Amino acid sequence: MQSIVEVKNLYISFNEKKVLKGVSFSLEQGECLGLIGGSGEGKSTLLRSIIGLEHPSSGKILFEGENVTNLSEEEYISIRKKVSYVFQGGALFDSMTVYENLAFSLREHTDYSERKIREIVLYELKEFELEGCEDMYPVELSGGMQKRVGIARATISKPKVILYDEPTSGLDPYKKRNMQNTIMKLQKRGTTSMMVTHDMSTALRICDRIALLTGGKIKAIDTPKNFKESHNVLLNNFVKGIKQGENHESA
Amino acid sequence: MNGFTQVIHFLGGIALLFRDIVLELKTKPFYFKIFLKQIYEIGWKSLPIIFVTSACAGMVLTLQFGLTLEKFGGKIYSPKILSLSIFREFGPVFTSLILAGRVGAGMTAEIGAMKVTQQIDALLALGTSPIKRIVIPRYLGGLVAVPILCLFSCFVSIIFGALIGYFELNLDLFYFFYKVFETSKLHDFFSGYIKTYFFSSFIILTACYFGLKVSQGTYEVGNATTKSVVFSSVLIVLGDYLLTKCYWMMV
Repeated sequence: MQSIVEVKNLYISFNEKKVLKGVSFSLEQGECLGLIGGSGEGKSTLLRSIIGLEHPSSGKILFEGENVTNLSEEEYISIRKKVSYVFQGGALFDSMTVYENLAFSLREHTDYSERKIREIVLYELKEFELEGCEDMYPVELSGGMQKRVGIARATISKPKVILYDEPTSGLDPYKKRNMQNTIMKLQKRGTTSMMVTHDMSTALRICDRIALLTGGKIKAIDTPKNFKESHNVLLNNFVKGIKQGENHESA
Repeated sequence: MNGFTQVIHFLGGIALLFRDIVLELKTKPFYFKIFLKQIYEIGWKSLPIIFVTSACAGMVLTLQFGLTLEKFGGKIYSPKILSLSIFREFGPVFTSLILAGRVGAGMTAEIGAMKVTQQIDALLALGTSPIKRIVIPRYLGGLVAVPILCLFSCFVSIIFGALIGYFELNLDLFYFFYKVFETSKLHDFFSGYIKTYFFSSFIILTACYFGLKVSQGTYEVGNATTKSVVFSSVLIVLGDYLLTKCYWMMV
């Protein structure tokens, strides 16, 4: 498989605090890579750095072989048309209706007529089981619906890569399953995905590979099957919810 | 960060924001509908408060000038003094200070809330420049609306000043208006009017700067809103002194 995103020895600091300390991995064409790790370990920061929402102190990010690490905001626009980001809270534009949220990137970056945009938006609404919500404002939607609108908005322009930040957090088991199915359906369209999650069941079910980020570095990266059977202490402790340094009894 | 450093950061920040506006104005797209909406939000929606405050200012000033000068037999000069003070100073400064509170605070809170809810990040992630979509329409909308509001304010102040002159000081209405227009030369009017373009820039740039700088949650939105009103008000009064000084050096 060919790498679509390559991260090489990435360091990111906020003021004096080093969050990422030499992260390296590659995201292969068509795969779904899960990124797990404790809270505050820098998973979202890593995801955000791929589309230039965070700027690394050092290291490289390559997109389709091109170094995109120090691009200007203007230059990032072309990358952001190919890579979509699904925010944890949806980050929907609250002054716009669901329809306008979905139509946003089509209106911004295509020459489609309003009629064609309407066709595409209504199709996507149907795909994401959001029919009848087009005139509603984000505040009128449930958390799960907001997440689905967020995914629909990110995928409507058919990006090559989708980056998900906690797509299943805060959802009940039924809605979580629906969300997993939605992501798997998008995978079948041939989209490459990377997903930050705390939810091991989601990572094990839909990811092709899972990476463990801890202490500012990727400590393990493997298939879900190997992850389950792994004897890696860090990995087992994370899955069982045991903090580093604690013993089993105290946990 | 101490007060002095904060001021230096602020001045540097609005200078960079202004540079970004100029650079991004050169490229497409221009959000004309949002620009029109901002003229409506800044201009039309501020009319009631500008009407009330300008009318009160005109009435109070006429009363103060008239009653004070009456002691020396000089109340007939109150229209002259009123027109000069309104056109040169009170109209532009008073209107701008009111707008710094009404428009600046609202704008900072709106942009700050968008920042906290990751809507600004979502704009970037969808390949849209927040400067283009959020700052430029507001900046240009302010440049159109604030001078018009200032004109409106001046005339309302003069009309209500004349009414108070008629009812309280027994000055003839025709005489009052005759003296106002006889005293005020075009350059008096323009010396005040030109200032409103600067004041508008101070209000909108400050509001956008503090809104975009919000990063730590809703508590910071409140702080940013307060800072926006304080800094833009100080810029207006300081700027007023410097612009007046420049004006007198030129004439």
